[in-house]
Amino acid sequence: MTKERKPKPVFIEGAISAEFIGNSIAKHQSKTTIGAHDIFLGQVRADQIEGKTVKAIEYTAYEDMANSKFHDIREATFKKFNLTCMHIYHSLGTVKAGEICLFVFVSSPRRVDVFNAIEYLVNTIKEQVPIFGKEIFEDQSHQWKVNS
Amino acid sequence: MTLKIKYFGMLAEITQCEEETLSFSKGTAADLLKVLFEKHPILEEKEFQIAQNQTFISNDSIISNAEIVLLPPFAGG
Repeated sequence: MTKERKPKPVFIEGAISAEFIGNSIAKHQSKTTIGAHDIFLGQVRADQIEGKTVKAIEYTAYEDMANSKFHDIREATFKKFNLTCMHIYHSLGTVKAGEICLFVFVSSPRRVDVFNAIEYLVNTIKEQVPIFGKEIFEDQSHQWKVNS
Repeated sequence: MTLKIKYFGMLAEITQCEEETLSFSKGTAADLLKVLFEKHPILEEKEFQIAQNQTFISNDSIISNAEIVLLPPFAGG
C-alpha cells in the first residue's frame, strides 16, 4: 500500500530567501540514507520587451486548484522516481527581478533519480499549475506572462 | 441555476471582474460561453480554459456545478 501524504503548503508570500533555502538544505543532514540532492531555483528575469525592462512579477493563483495540483504532482513524482523527500515552494505576490520565485528540492539515495525527478517536476509545475504572472515594467505599465 | 463565475489573471483585468453571479438555464460549457461572450465581448479574443470542480472541462461538458472558473494561460515558475 502506498503511503498517503498530507498536502503540504507550497505558497510563500513574496520572494524565497537564500536563508530559507539554506535552512531547508541544513534540515536534511539528519537524513543519512540520502546520497544526492538536486535543487531548481526559478529566478525572475529582467526581460527587455519593446524597450522596457521587467522590474518584478506579481504572482496570483487559483489557490484551491493549485494546491491540489501540487499535491497530485508530488504523488505522481514519488511514484515515478525513487525519492526520499521532495519540497516545492512557489511565491505569490511581488517578486523583484533577480529574486527567487520557485524552489524545488528533491533528495534520493542516488543521483540519477534526482536529476530526472527535478526536470519532470519543474516542467509539470509550469504546465499544470494555475499560477498567473503580471510582469511589471519600470514605468509601472505591465503585461501578462505566459509560459513558453 | 445560479452560477458563480470566477476570473483570474488577465481575464479579471479585462472583464474588470474577479467574481460574478449569473443565472443560467441548463446547458453545456459552449452554451455558457455564449452568455459570457455577450456579457464580456473582449473574452472572445482571449485564450483560456474553463474549470468546474477544479477540473478542466471541454465545450460539450454539461455545466452542473455552481462555481465555474475561467483560467488564462499559466505562468508559474
